[in-house]
Amino acid sequence: MTEPAPDLVAEDLACRRGERLVFAGLSFRLPPGGALMLTGANGSGKTSLLRLIAGLIAPAAGRLAWGATPIADDAAEHRTRLHYVGHQDGVKPGLTPRETLAFWAALRGKEVRRNAPALAAALAAFALEPVVDWPCRWLSAGQRRRLALARLLVIPAPLWLLDEPFSGLDDDNRVRLEQAIGAHRAAGGRVALATHMAIEMADAGRLALDAFAPAHSVANG
Amino acid sequence: MAAFIGLFRRDLRLAARQGGDTSLVLGFFVIAVVLFPLGVGPEPAVLQRIGAGIVWVAALLAALLSLDRLFQSDYQDGGLELLALSSLPLELAVLAKCAAHWVATGLPLALISPFLAFLVDLDPEAIPTLTLGLLIGTPALSLIGSVGAALTLGARRQGALLSLLVLPLYVPPLVFGAGAVEASVAGTGARAHLLILGALTLAALPLCPWASAAALRQALE
Repeated sequence: MTEPAPDLVAEDLACRRGERLVFAGLSFRLPPGGALMLTGANGSGKTSLLRLIAGLIAPAAGRLAWGATPIADDAAEHRTRLHYVGHQDGVKPGLTPRETLAFWAALRGKEVRRNAPALAAALAAFALEPVVDWPCRWLSAGQRRRLALARLLVIPAPLWLLDEPFSGLDDDNRVRLEQAIGAHRAAGGRVALATHMAIEMADAGRLALDAFAPAHSVANG
Repeated sequence: MAAFIGLFRRDLRLAARQGGDTSLVLGFFVIAVVLFPLGVGPEPAVLQRIGAGIVWVAALLAALLSLDRLFQSDYQDGGLELLALSSLPLELAVLAKCAAHWVATGLPLALISPFLAFLVDLDPEAIPTLTLGLLIGTPALSLIGSVGAALTLGARRQGALLSLLVLPLYVPPLVFGAGAVEASVAGTGARAHLLILGALTLAALPLCPWASAAALRQALE
């Protein structure tokens, strides 16, 4: 890279879901190689913030920018920069893991052969080799989760948005994911993840969303 | 382009593996057409008079049957978020899904229509017009239906709501589709009707994906 990649900057963000203000006055900065852990009670807006960063919902107030460019101004470009792994895995019971990963790669505009090395490496990183050609309806919840996470590795993207990525993973696979995140950050990637598990991560920023709940709900609660 | 083809192929593959949609639609089509001779009696004169209308109405209802599933499973399993975040504009993603839906439902309907034409004792001269009309008109059914399917996403009793929304919009293809067959039986030439039917499909081609994509964005909020 000739010049350093810009930071992902949020200033004074607010999010509204229906009538309810979920959070307000939220600011953070996510530099290349950085990590941001979102914590907070259920309903404090962890998922909303991730969806907001992904551009799936628009902020009610504030600014979200990649360097100097607001992400709303280059939405198509922003989509190519990120991987979003939500609560739901998006795994179709009728396809095999290999077909699923190839399809997800195609959605990002990249033709990936079903025996491509990138695909095999992603499957291996989450120990999915034994089930690559099973229909996904036979997979356990944890295996589906790992398949959704394997998507992160097929086509590289600088920003990972992970919503409760550790849920449903056993200890071995939790380590695999931590390794994948570590390698991603070492290569200059950044990650924002929502979790309510006690995860140790080297110099990760923490954002406790409870602190940004609007004043009236604090007074009520 | 890779994303468009990838999505089209995945939807077709799912339709082929699950097999339900195509056979359900065809089965419904055949049964609905068979019911009419039983109901109005085997009088050839009567059947010949209403045959074209019967086949077209049955085709509309059969096409409607599979529509609620168009976006439903993607909406429920999180796949829709991935489509929205893909490199493909959502409008084109809708178009790819409509194309796959048409190949899995509309195309088989058109192809078996000659056999059903015999059941209602349609003038053999008019059978090519019937099939051609269905080939031209069924893409419009998939496209118009996608708008209804996207608008009713997440609604309770989606299927019933969908019929109420979509069936009135199916009136123009029905009028000109059945009209083409009548005109060909009467010997006045079906060209004008078929051209209007083609115009309807061509008008639906850009308008419906645009409207469906707007409704899908709303559903994702």
